[in-house]
Amino acid sequence: MVSLVKMVLVSGRSLEQGLGKETGKFSKRYVNATAVCQMDPEDMSRLNIVEGDNVRISSQHGSIIVQAVKSRYAPHPGIIFMAYGPCVNSLTSPNTHGTGMPSFKGLEVEVEPVKASGQSKEG
Amino acid sequence: MEVFKNVLCPFCGCCCDDLEVEVESNKIINVRNACALGRGKFLSVSENRLLKPRVKVNGESVETGLEKAIEKTVEMVKSSNYPVFYGFGCTSCEAIKLCLEMADLSGGLADNISVVCHGPTILGLQDMGIPSATLGQVRHRADLILYWGCNPLEAHPRHMMRYGPLSTGRFVTGRKDRRMVVVDVRKTPTAAMADMFIQVRPNTDFEILTALRALINDLDLEVEEVGGVAVAKLEELADIMVNARFGALFFGLGLTMSYGKEHNIEAAIALTRDLNKKTKFVMIPMRGHFNVTGANEVFTWQTGYPFCVDFSMGYPRYNPGETSAVDVLARGECDLLFVVGADPCSHLPYSIVEKLKNVKLIVLDPSITPTVKMADVAIPVAYVGIETAGTAYRMDGVPIQLKKIIEPPPGILSDVEILTHILRRLR
Repeated sequence: MVSLVKMVLVSGRSLEQGLGKETGKFSKRYVNATAVCQMDPEDMSRLNIVEGDNVRISSQHGSIIVQAVKSRYAPHPGIIFMAYGPCVNSLTSPNTHGTGMPSFKGLEVEVEPVKASGQSKEG
Repeated sequence: MEVFKNVLCPFCGCCCDDLEVEVESNKIINVRNACALGRGKFLSVSENRLLKPRVKVNGESVETGLEKAIEKTVEMVKSSNYPVFYGFGCTSCEAIKLCLEMADLSGGLADNISVVCHGPTILGLQDMGIPSATLGQVRHRADLILYWGCNPLEAHPRHMMRYGPLSTGRFVTGRKDRRMVVVDVRKTPTAAMADMFIQVRPNTDFEILTALRALINDLDLEVEEVGGVAVAKLEELADIMVNARFGALFFGLGLTMSYGKEHNIEAAIALTRDLNKKTKFVMIPMRGHFNVTGANEVFTWQTGYPFCVDFSMGYPRYNPGETSAVDVLARGECDLLFVVGADPCSHLPYSIVEKLKNVKLIVLDPSITPTVKMADVAIPVAYVGIETAGTAYRMDGVPIQLKKIIEPPPGILSDVEILTHILRRLR
């Protein structure tokens, strides 16, 4: 068991995020789809967390606390997935490397379990 | 009850144009042939609407009349030193054209949401060209479909059925005659349907594409694996590609948003070019919003450039990284952001959204979004493709007409009408 692991964050589309978007960006459906992270069960075991526990994800650009759920698309050890939305964008890099495109995928992050409940953005 | 046939779906870049929409008393009651996303859009058109223009007074957002909102907008654009006009993925080509005229008149910058999706694709194809095709050609002829860094079952749910492995073509008739390969970092539902799934490590697409080029050109690789994939598996994929009669590579943001960005696209184009020495191979980007391709088209025919167009020198100038909305906002160079058909507060990095606190914000949107909540002026508009007609471009660059199915709520105009009013006063 470890208290913090380095992982690679990938953000992307999900069906629930797409459906939630049309229901409304402030709808429970959209928030539920975009404010959770999908983790490989092996990584959850390493962090000694179970489905529904909160994790803090930190990048160079910010830190968020979100619920962790078991990924249906595992195995993908070392990869943490979040659907596009304001939540994951607290972590994404604004650096466009001269292309105009920020880095939304393949971002290095640190993940650690937290005891507090609920989802919040820390900066 | 009235049934509208051959309706174009204003959700994703597939622009499916075979929808049937049932309308009763100006209310959409059923949608046939659409995927869950398209159906969701039509059926939730009355939910979460922005029904009255809103302006900020002493930091508080208050309702106002349309005339006052337009007046305020004109005043803000006129007094801006460097306005940025941004968005356009969810509006018509006709509206985009008007926004470009506004950007030109005001000496500002115009950028569209491709800058945060397939912008690197555009940079890659400007360097290399792109061997492409229409979706119809793929449907009728492709016996190999390769999805790389995309998950159509969740993002473009009808793509596989209309144009991909499950489609019925004239010369290739169905799934049994087509091979399907998926390359991705996770085993998505799309990958689960593939004949071959190649799971790659994030940020290694460039290496894998380059390794495939070497194999296709009969070179040996002196390593056991590339990007987490055994070379033997890559050899198998190279054989499948070379032996296809007509291969189609559909690629998504897995290539454009990860490390390498436009260089990944250049490598994919180089691979497709090499494959064309041995067989027929094409590539098509999986465009997200229904008219983001149209935004690139209109930008190009109006200014010569597909995105990131700066008018501050009195003529169009293009230099992504310098003249891109994200970079301009990051450097704090603009004093006004004018958004049409997009929600940047949800989709840009938070560090960029924070910069908007120092920027005046105008938005035209049918629904209440985080951008609308932050806006100094928010003007409601009709849903393009549902409450107003127009032109959209499908992901393969084919223009299709959007239809008007129902009337917008009382007092709500189309974005074309609102932009025309604004432009008239700016001229």
